[in-house]
Amino acid sequence: MQRTLPFSENRVFVTGNEAVAWAALAAGADIMFGYPITPQNEIMHYWTRLAPAYGKKFLQTEDELSAGFTTIGGVLAGRKAFSATAGPGTVLFQEPVTMAEMMRIPMVVIIQQRGGPSTATVIYSQQEVNLAAFGGNGEGWRVVYSTANHQELYDYTIKAFNVAWTYRFPVFVLGDGYQAKMRESLVMYDPASRGMELAPAEAVVGKPGRPGSSRPAVHLRNAFSVEEELYESIMPGEEEFRSMARRVVEHDEEGTRGAELVIISHGVVSRAAVAAIKRLKEKGIKAGYFRPVTIRPFPEEALQRAVALCPRLLVVESALGQLARLVKEALFNRPVESFDTIFRPGVGITAEELVEAVIKIRQGGTTCV
Amino acid sequence: MSDRLAMPKSWHVESKPHKFCPGCGHGLILKVLGEVIDELDIQEKLVFGCDIGCSLLAWDFFDADTVQTHHGRTTPVMVGIKRANPELLCIAYMGDGGGYAIGAQHLVNAAFRNERIMVLLVNNTNYGMTGGQMAPTTLPGQKTETSPFGRDPEETGYPAQGPEMVAAVVPPGAYVARATCANMKQMKRFMKKAVENQVAGRGFSFLEVLSTCPTNWRTSARQTWEFLEKEMAGYFKTGEFTTPGDRREK
Ligand SMILES: Cc1ncc(C[n+]2csc(CCOP(=O)(O)OP(=O)(O)O)c2C)c(N)n1
Ligand code: SF4
Repeated sequence: MQRTLPFSENRVFVTGNEAVAWAALAAGADIMFGYPITPQNEIMHYWTRLAPAYGKKFLQTEDELSAGFTTIGGVLAGRKAFSATAGPGTVLFQEPVTMAEMMRIPMVVIIQQRGGPSTATVIYSQQEVNLAAFGGNGEGWRVVYSTANHQELYDYTIKAFNVAWTYRFPVFVLGDGYQAKMRESLVMYDPASRGMELAPAEAVVGKPGRPGSSRPAVHLRNAFSVEEELYESIMPGEEEFRSMARRVVEHDEEGTRGAELVIISHGVVSRAAVAAIKRLKEKGIKAGYFRPVTIRPFPEEALQRAVALCPRLLVVESALGQLARLVKEALFNRPVESFDTIFRPGVGITAEELVEAVIKIRQGGTTCV
Repeated sequence: MSDRLAMPKSWHVESKPHKFCPGCGHGLILKVLGEVIDELDIQEKLVFGCDIGCSLLAWDFFDADTVQTHHGRTTPVMVGIKRANPELLCIAYMGDGGGYAIGAQHLVNAAFRNERIMVLLVNNTNYGMTGGQMAPTTLPGQKTETSPFGRDPEETGYPAQGPEMVAAVVPPGAYVARATCANMKQMKRFMKKAVENQVAGRGFSFLEVLSTCPTNWRTSARQTWEFLEKEMAGYFKTGEFTTPGDRREK
């Protein structure tokens, strides 16, 4: 007998990976396909322990290509299937994700970023932004949520399933090794107890009826013979992606009006930014904070509005400009007075460093490397 | 009309005549598969997966739910469908490049795990869709676009023995065989047993079929059959390699 969630609201102190496993359960996920890689392993560990009691399934595949394509199979069969990965695994995921984009297959993948290029470190980084947003031989038809804390990992994992199954695009939750492995307090909840509805999953293949007589057979393909045929199949998808983008795009912002400078960051680094603007305020310095919550679609209009209020920017990330590139593209042709950066690939960034950097910039220095 | 009458019921009439080259073995294999689908009456439960390669031309071949996937990835897509809904019958259809090269890890691991799906693999000794390059199954001395002076086993090894390899790693319950377009009766017997093995849920089912590719072999009708019946038959032994009860037909 399938159990329901053992809580309606539950304050806990757990790792991010445990929060994700519970969130997947809360979101109605049915089956996980995964291949071991640090720092996402514990998502599988928790899921495999929870699975039997809740009538859920798991398969450890031979690699991430297989994890991605079995996930697609599970979704086509009508189940909420998902996976989790990191680093080189995220690279392998690009192939199945492009198939999901083309064939409009909902799919949720949790990415716990680790250092790169290559195998690099197994701990922490923000170097999978490019890959998450635009990896694959396609047009980047995916939603990417960059979370900053455990509560968000829980909230956005649930949201990822809902967005994927509502709009039928792949969705990534972009965490990192710190969020994955650290313990932090959060409130886990049953979405129903908060009046949240879960988007239903529906089978694409194997529906009742006899194909060819009582219903048409489902013929899914991603290969086309002529250019125009492909063009015609892509353009409606682009239209739907754009109209979805308006509804799912999210950002967070504080104190940009009247600020001397705006710190732009995402994910866990934005925690340092929020702390830094507080400390700067205590010193009488007005700094603002802007954070894209969706890396893709990028909150371009919101950023343009913020920059119209304060055109002096400091972009901060644990990568060599992957966020900064998105920022520049969003601000194309907009007047910007200064554009400083702190790029620390694979390394964390503290509030103290940001406070120091802002003071230095005010004194006419620069942080750019 | 007579042609239509000869078509298996499970064929999707609107997509016929099919898109394979004249003299291609794919059409024969799918005819046999269609007859088996009809005889076992599994159309409602069937999910047919086709790879990239000439097998993709079968994306609307049957009146059965069909998913055309990426090159080499048909096996995991079918595994995912089967794991998510074990009621369905999943057949992954692919070429020798898809199964023995780019998707070999999926084939081997599906075999290790005794996945309750069927893999139907077309061995035409080359990469048909991409214009006739060397495949793992290319015969020694055989000329292809990437072995223009003939395959040299010293350099690139001997033809992959797929069913032999799969039979060596499957747990009990699996069905593994090799058939040929040159013996349609045997092909149908093996095809039926492979499908039935999945219906019974015993284990992994794997059938390789020796096929023809006159377009890339650049052979006449007579030369095509000679290559299939003599050259290929010399390297690839037809027969059953593993059956659930292990009563094998050689
Ligand atoms: C990842 C990837 N690599 C390469 C290709 C190009 N490609 C398309 S079909 C094919 C080979 C097909 O040969 P085979 O699998 O033997 O099937 P056949 O066409 O002979 O039936 C290749 C290499 C591709 N589609 N995807
Ligand atoms: S290229 Fe070869 S395998 Fe492909 S359809 Fe033509 S004959 Fe058949």
